[in-house]
Amino acid sequence: MVENAPIIEFSDVSFKYRAQQEPTLKNINLKIYPGEKILIAGQSGSGKSTLAHCLNALIPCSYAGDMSGTLRVCGEEPNKLGVFGMSQIVGTVLQDTDGQFIALTVAEDLAFALENDNVPQEEMFQKVDEVSEKLELKPFLGNAPGALSGGQKQRVSLGGVMACDVKILLFDEPLANLDPATGKKTISLIDDIMHNEDMTVVIIEHRLEDVLYKDVDRVILMDGGRIIADMHPDELLCSDVLTENGIREPLYISALKAAGAKLSPDTHPQHIETMDIAPYKDAVKKWYHEAKFPASEKNSETLLEVSHLKYSYDESRQVIDDVSFEIKKGEMISLVGKNGAGKSTLASLICGFNKPDGGVIKLSGKDIADLSIKQRGEKIGYVMQSPNQMISKPMIFDEVSLGLASRGVPEDEIKEKVNEILKICGLYPFRNWPVSALSFGQKKRVSIASILVMEPELLILDEPTAGQDYRHYTEIMEFIHDIRKKMPITIIMITHDMHLMLEYTDRALVLTDGKLLMNASPAEVLTDNDVCDRAYLKRTSLYDLSVKCGIDDASEFAARFIEDERRRK
Amino acid sequence: MSKMISYEKKNTPIHKLSGFTKLLFFILWCLTSALTFDTRMLLVMIVIGAAIYKIADVKWKQVSGVFLAVMFFMVINLVCIFFFSPYEGCKIYNSRTDIVHLFGNYTLTYQQLFYEFNVFIKYFTVIPSIFIFLVTTDPSELASSMNGIGVPYTISYAMEITLRYIPDIQDEFHKIKNAQEARGIEMSSKGRLLDRIKNTAAIIFPLLFSTMERIEVVSNAMELRGFGKKKKRTWYSQRPLKAADKAAIAFSVGFFVLTMIVTYMDGNRFFNPFV
Repeated sequence: MVENAPIIEFSDVSFKYRAQQEPTLKNINLKIYPGEKILIAGQSGSGKSTLAHCLNALIPCSYAGDMSGTLRVCGEEPNKLGVFGMSQIVGTVLQDTDGQFIALTVAEDLAFALENDNVPQEEMFQKVDEVSEKLELKPFLGNAPGALSGGQKQRVSLGGVMACDVKILLFDEPLANLDPATGKKTISLIDDIMHNEDMTVVIIEHRLEDVLYKDVDRVILMDGGRIIADMHPDELLCSDVLTENGIREPLYISALKAAGAKLSPDTHPQHIETMDIAPYKDAVKKWYHEAKFPASEKNSETLLEVSHLKYSYDESRQVIDDVSFEIKKGEMISLVGKNGAGKSTLASLICGFNKPDGGVIKLSGKDIADLSIKQRGEKIGYVMQSPNQMISKPMIFDEVSLGLASRGVPEDEIKEKVNEILKICGLYPFRNWPVSALSFGQKKRVSIASILVMEPELLILDEPTAGQDYRHYTEIMEFIHDIRKKMPITIIMITHDMHLMLEYTDRALVLTDGKLLMNASPAEVLTDNDVCDRAYLKRTSLYDLSVKCGIDDASEFAARFIEDERRRK
Repeated sequence: MSKMISYEKKNTPIHKLSGFTKLLFFILWCLTSALTFDTRMLLVMIVIGAAIYKIADVKWKQVSGVFLAVMFFMVINLVCIFFFSPYEGCKIYNSRTDIVHLFGNYTLTYQQLFYEFNVFIKYFTVIPSIFIFLVTTDPSELASSMNGIGVPYTISYAMEITLRYIPDIQDEFHKIKNAQEARGIEMSSKGRLLDRIKNTAAIIFPLLFSTMERIEVVSNAMELRGFGKKKKRTWYSQRPLKAADKAAIAFSVGFFVLTMIVTYMDGNRFFNPFV
């Protein structure tokens, strides 16, 4: 596959943003050849997005700074061609598919780049037709972005750049906003397009396991602005570079390593499906029999009881359809399902943002139908996905005390409570800081603290870790885990992250098309083929591993591994 | 779910007109209403407006919120006119017929009532046209029409994209409002007015910040796909003017001229029933 002339060549490239002291990229040397598929991994701040921005010329054209060294893409220098010129060579698909969807309908969005290039209308119709055929978007050409699923929006983004006949496709965290099954489909789609259209693909992503679902030629691992590894995935997975640099290994790899197996590249560990497991089988079996059973604590007191809940925005579709479940005091529950399955709607019904068409919601045995949003808010805390959607005060202390102040709590009591919660949340040293000086993870803590201070019995978190890399994910989740030890609180988390569900929650509620499909332990859910398919979840690779090793009870295997991982943390 | 004041695809004769036609009609219609105080013409306009509103199949739910807000300002406006200039009507119509003395220097007159009635119906000539325009015009088609009559495409696209994001921002607004209300920050009518005004800050700032974030993403995305690259651009959704468009344009121009003639024939903007 490797031809002699590289299509992308970084020679000793360094870049420093104008507003920063230290360079973000340091002496990058990298060659990418036509037809290769490259994965660039690294945690936030490692320089991987900066590297990508060099390719499409957003650096140095839109983000100013000092650049040295030379970069050639298709023989051209991006900084000379500019963002517009590069857009003809490198097609960039952004992380935020809503942001990338500029026009009002699918057809217009596919044509957007052509319109800007002053292409005659006739030719545009033809091109849109062609691209939409390839991406199976024909039936949706007249649809608005709101009427598309996450996966469809992603296909539109891809089509929009393909309409320009680009040679390189650059994906900036393509999986961040997708449910796991849709993410898997996206990876397949990228693979197909790459082979059919003869393109070079660069993917920036920290969800390594999901990208490796299809063959990748090389993984470039970045840290602190440097390339620290440039190898074939098989080799990379056998080393410990990933975990040392804050990137999550595929789960089956972690499990194999935990079992003491010494991995070698010639067993092709890139895909669990095709990996040669024979050399490790015995080690895994031995480990399984010696591993501790997860301790199960049972609490009998019911906090939330939902029975026969029904809701629809209009008559045409039942968004929540006869859903019933119970949540015990102190439990941590994950609410999962594909985009649009009704997860957020269920949360809004519990919080009282929408009124159900039928059914009963009871909190501590009492029907809460007649309580207003505000009254429910005293018992049920709701934290939105982005802290920027909640924070309205410039100072941390003021933000956290806002809820208490509006309840009319006396000032000295507010001070006492706020300080206490800031200590629990590890924010006390920052109490007099402006919110703007905090990192994203710290802001997230502020938004959670400002709800916790009101001492809710139930806390609902909407995608607490969306778009976060492994290190920040761990920071946020360990923080929530820690809070459970310090406060008597019950938590419901809406999430797409299968690992979060396995690792941190006691039970999973699986929604599909408004119905409750399964209500069981995460290990049971993620080892159930049928449920995973129907709910657009991704079966955990631990399942495949245990089957391949001849262990019958895959869910028990998964549970024991997670327990083991927790203990080692 | 119908969104307030945003384009909804339908198949009425009004929806089928080109964006350019509707824009021109809208501008002329507002101009006509602004220039005339001829009660007869204003009443005619209300009838025509109501008919078009009916044909365009505008749903009350789409416009009720804005309608009520406009009504609120209209009442303030009418009350203020009376308090600041209680004899404006007498000046205009050169006569004075008292109805009842209120207090101090304030006496209610037929002339003042008639004048304020005129202001009142002026509101009702313009309001439906705004609603019809916004609800029936496909923003991208409008942008292409504006570009077609010489408005720079950056400006017309800026307008399109504003309309494109109105529903998204409304969504965001509701989400933030709900979450803040759950925190005990009262936004419903139960709270005191002063508190409610103060509390809206709890929505506005988060809304502003999340919108700014979005603007950066969108503008990068547009640049990456060549927006602003060339002096000219073509439009996927451009539609040539059809017979119905030409007829509608002719009507708007004709009606504007007719109204001006009827209004200014006697050398005065006002129709005077008191002579």
